[in-house]
Amino acid sequence: MIKRQARLLQGNEAIVHGALAAGCNFFAGYPITPSSEIMELMSRELPVRGDVFIQMEDEIASLGACIGAGLAGRKAMTATSGPGFSLMQENFGYACMAETPVVVVNVMRAGPSTGMPTNVAQGDVQQARWGTHGDHPCIALCPSTVAECYELTVVAFNHAERFRTPVVLLSDEMVAHTREKVVLPHPEDVEVIDRRRPTVPPDWYVPYKTDGSLIPRLADLGEGYRYHVTGLTHDERGFPTRRLDEVQQFYTRLFAKISRQFHYLENVKDYYLDDCELLIIAYGCSARSARAAVRLGRERGLKVGLLQLLSLWPFPRRPVSEALNGKIAVLVPELNLGQLRREVLRVNDGRTAVIGLNKLDGTMITPEEILTRLRVIK
Amino acid sequence: MTVPSTQTVVYEWLRHDKKFPHVWCPGCGLGILLGALVRALAASGLTKDQVALVSGIGCAGRLPVYVDVGSIHTTHGRALTFATGIKLSKPELTVVVVMGDGDAMAIGGNHLIHAARRNLDLVAVVVNNRTFGMTGGQFSPTTPMGAKTTTALYGHIEPEFDIAAVCATAGAALVARSTVYHVDRLERLLLQALQKKGFSVVEVMSPCYTNFGRQNLMASHVVMMKQLKEQGIPVERWQKMSEIERRGSFPLGVLVDRDLPGYLDSYREVCKTAAKLRSEGKI
Repeated sequence: MIKRQARLLQGNEAIVHGALAAGCNFFAGYPITPSSEIMELMSRELPVRGDVFIQMEDEIASLGACIGAGLAGRKAMTATSGPGFSLMQENFGYACMAETPVVVVNVMRAGPSTGMPTNVAQGDVQQARWGTHGDHPCIALCPSTVAECYELTVVAFNHAERFRTPVVLLSDEMVAHTREKVVLPHPEDVEVIDRRRPTVPPDWYVPYKTDGSLIPRLADLGEGYRYHVTGLTHDERGFPTRRLDEVQQFYTRLFAKISRQFHYLENVKDYYLDDCELLIIAYGCSARSARAAVRLGRERGLKVGLLQLLSLWPFPRRPVSEALNGKIAVLVPELNLGQLRREVLRVNDGRTAVIGLNKLDGTMITPEEILTRLRVIK
Repeated sequence: MTVPSTQTVVYEWLRHDKKFPHVWCPGCGLGILLGALVRALAASGLTKDQVALVSGIGCAGRLPVYVDVGSIHTTHGRALTFATGIKLSKPELTVVVVMGDGDAMAIGGNHLIHAARRNLDLVAVVVNNRTFGMTGGQFSPTTPMGAKTTTALYGHIEPEFDIAAVCATAGAALVARSTVYHVDRLERLLLQALQKKGFSVVEVMSPCYTNFGRQNLMASHVVMMKQLKEQGIPVERWQKMSEIERRGSFPLGVLVDRDLPGYLDSYREVCKTAAKLRSEGKI
């Protein structure tokens, strides 16, 4: 057995390693702090493999190029931060509508607008869900450590390919720039899912016709399957339609393909949940502080536990709901004014007290701050 | 080589399962462009599987859906960005991008100049009807000064963009212009653009009677066609004309044709260098 090598990596670097392990072979981006390391490393690695790296003229163009590449059979990714993520929203909706696999990394920084570049925040949680106009399904994942950056990037690509949908990887400045020791798995040990391509001859191919999975097979452009792709509501052949029956069927399927798989998409980690009375629900960089707070709290005899959310959207209702049962109170520490707490409240439905710990000053929530708040609650 | 008849070409290249009639108004030039484009594609010797047709939003954006090739109807102004991703992913595909003047020059102006500068092997067909037709005739970056539009009721006060000149300055390998009246020339220029290595732009002057002509008191789409006929001057003659004679008209034909290093070739070199440096352990 080959000895696995431990490496010292930054979160942004781990995202690149994860992407390459998942088969990423196209990257288009535009410089923006604190995500630029991803693009810089991609510009070094992709040409070595003969794959495509391109720096575009803006973030809109970056996601446009990625969607084009996704339709042409590539596993495409782009990386950005708040202002760039805002610019990408229209094309993000296009990718939902045209059901194009693509991974968008958003390394969150303090906003709105230019905000505090290079200062950490978690203010794009609801934007990741509702940023583009119109109702649409969404998958968003959120790492809190360098190792999770690697793992969740692989998962993001697998979800994008499996569900034919754009996937957001919601990192943050702290996770992006922290260097940690990680042991990367062998490439053969990484589970990689590829999109289902048509097996029928081109003449029989109906691009948006689906089987029981509700996810249509995607043919690579230029492989003899000549089909139409549009951001308009379309029928099974991909042609624009406004017929009531066809439009209704289209939207229903677009949501159902994700909502049917809620359980599969739920991704949480729990720490000391068995006997805990005080629950913390956290994600991203705040989950790091929360883990430390749980450890310190336990040392001081506080029955505290943590539910860390790795998948934010679709919101993991079931594990959150189970964790809420029988708790004295729930604390949701986050670097915004309660964007995720709002979701916890919806699931909670009056069962227990859901308390926020919010911060907007561009610094982390510390374990001590969490413990102080917990003591007050107790 | 026998030249196939127009009917044969149309039957071969247009989609049979797409419902006609098309969405365009009577008197629109886009149908003429569609015909010229499929004839040029047929004449180029490409098969339908070798072509991808990309468009943005607007009346011109509706063109690809009728053609039996891989067709992508993208977001407003961003067609060139999608096309860039497609071309880089599948360099063997011939990627044709159809845009309107608002699409290419207003919302997508940044992408157009950068695509021209980058010189990736794409064919950009910019249909210039001098207005936002689909949304009801608001002024576009190519609306002439003084014209009346639904958002310039008292006369348009901004100077217009010369799309071909912008692309030429930005570095496109081939820049050409025709009108839908000069349809033979249009077909020849499209064929030349398809065969050109590098970024080629064909600006197609086209009438919009419904939302531009009527507001500007033009009697009919026939009048607008006649106007295109008179305004379009072959570039050879145009060059000999004086500044005063040129007023109100524009040159037709190949305006720029130059050989420039292409993005794809340069990127292949980058890949070679990167692989070599990696094998030597230098990166």
